[in-house]
Amino acid sequence: MAREAGARQIAVELERRRRGAAGVDVGQSYWQIARRRFLKHRLALLGASAAIVLTLMAALAPWIAPAPFDRINLDHRWTEPGLQGNVFGTDELGRDVLTRIMYAGRISLVVGYVVALSISVAGALVGAIAGFYGGWLDSLLMRLVDMLISIPLLPLYLILAALIPGGGVGRIVLIFTVFGWTTVARLVRGQILSLKTADFVEAGRAMGASESRIILRHLIPNALAPVIVAATLTVGNAILAESGLSYLGLGIQPPIPSWGNMLQRAQEYLLKASWLAVFPGLFIFFTVLSFNFLGDGLRDALDPRLKT
Amino acid sequence: MQGFVARRVVHGVIILVGLSILMFTLLVFTPGDPVELIASSNPDVKPEDVAQLRKYYGLDDPVYVRYVKWVRSVVKGDLGYSRTYGTPVTKIIGQRLRNTLALLASAVVLAFVIGVTAGVYSALHQYSAADYAVTVVAFAGHSVPVFWQGIVFILLFAVWKPWFPAGGMLTPGIEPGWPALWDRLWHLVLPVTVLATSGMAAWARYMRSTMLEVIRQDYVRTARAKGNSEQVVINRHALRNALIPIITLVALSIPGILNGAVLTETVFSWPGMGLLLFQAVLGHDYNVAMAVLLFLALMTVLFNLVADVAYAMADPRIRFD
Repeated sequence: MAREAGARQIAVELERRRRGAAGVDVGQSYWQIARRRFLKHRLALLGASAAIVLTLMAALAPWIAPAPFDRINLDHRWTEPGLQGNVFGTDELGRDVLTRIMYAGRISLVVGYVVALSISVAGALVGAIAGFYGGWLDSLLMRLVDMLISIPLLPLYLILAALIPGGGVGRIVLIFTVFGWTTVARLVRGQILSLKTADFVEAGRAMGASESRIILRHLIPNALAPVIVAATLTVGNAILAESGLSYLGLGIQPPIPSWGNMLQRAQEYLLKASWLAVFPGLFIFFTVLSFNFLGDGLRDALDPRLKT
Repeated sequence: MQGFVARRVVHGVIILVGLSILMFTLLVFTPGDPVELIASSNPDVKPEDVAQLRKYYGLDDPVYVRYVKWVRSVVKGDLGYSRTYGTPVTKIIGQRLRNTLALLASAVVLAFVIGVTAGVYSALHQYSAADYAVTVVAFAGHSVPVFWQGIVFILLFAVWKPWFPAGGMLTPGIEPGWPALWDRLWHLVLPVTVLATSGMAAWARYMRSTMLEVIRQDYVRTARAKGNSEQVVINRHALRNALIPIITLVALSIPGILNGAVLTETVFSWPGMGLLLFQAVLGHDYNVAMAVLLFLALMTVLFNLVADVAYAMADPRIRFD
């Protein structure tokens, strides 16, 4: 056993030197290269840091928020933003806007993360099945994808939200997942189709690898990169969709705060208290922006065709 | 070419059939069928009558029979009655559809012109300050929530600097003719700009990368080698080829822009399909809501078909596959 491992190490080392002599990237796996590229991508790093800060702000809200959650103070309604007291002002019930934004961020970010995760899993599964087995199942699934991609989903979400009772995170996640898996499925299917005939997969098959081994060891890891990118961009898109739906009053329902439903009545108060319209929207904007920067940087870093 | 178009039409029909199944499923789950409406509004209706009526409307038929009947009536243009307005749904849709089309068409044209111009400029001046600015603005336009952008624009350009109206389509009591037309255009500015933002951003980024690819092609080098002026090389050789793939992207962006239209119309109280949908959903007027969904989907399918044909005309390689 030990001798075998030793021999293997020597073989690896020999291969490394041979490649080094040929001027090929030495001793770096795909993920190491990706990591190095990512760390050089300034906008991506900016996006990643902002996403981390925003997530921490939301997660730690109960400990760092300047005021207790939803404390109503009728003596301090419509307080303008100021550095003393209420940084982002207070709303029509005298609640501190910054505190509410922090708590609302928990809901909005959870929607983003959970939707991204569930869409990735569901989409990868469907795409892998369609790509691997092909045939009528593939045709059927891809027609379904075509259909869902070619209809505007927000009108559908509005109708569904009116039909399905409840106003919490679960309903939104369910609706977004059932209709949102298509992009990831299409990506993974394309990836699987091109991998299926790749030489290293053929080699695995020739060596007698089982079907499940080929899927688990070869296909899924190699199809992972585009899924990671899509998932990152989905966080932002889900937050956008949730905020739009909640703004219309059909997403997350008060008293649960979300960035979208904080803006529900902002237009009404625009003349009296414009800060109520500005700050929650800024948080949606910067959050989505940072996930888009991050996703774009990941796309560049994970693309093996790009030169380092 | 004909074969290609025929295949795309079949494809569109398949999508519509799938869509009709989805919509019918939704319809089955909507509360309040016509009989329930009659029974709840009239205390004289007896249970026997309800049974009779249910039979008359075919509500107890098997699901597939009901589906076929429903499709038949939809194809004939019968989309049911609106609960709120008390008139056939098709009557309400007409004017709203025109308003939405006006908004949509203006936004697509604006987004296309600005997006393509910015993208091309960006590509021709790669790594310049302008290129960097286009990229950052495009990211921002891609990430901003449509409805919030609308609210902020109202705050900036209707409240703080009262240059444009904050909503609606026409100032009441304005005299018809040129002043009315001018007024209409004035009302279009803010909603169209807001609706065009996401398309502008996406198309500028895409145009930039396609253009960068195209200007490195051999045929562009050949065009330069022939001694053409830079303007001819860019306009005739590079731009024409770079514009082909963007046709598909425009078609693919339509569902997203329609999503944005629902929010834009609500923010700016623009009396189009989106606002109608929003009001219908709040008022549980499901026949209207479903009709709007159907029309928006039809618009997308139709637009995709047009784009496919345009693509085939622009790129001869597509026709023979």
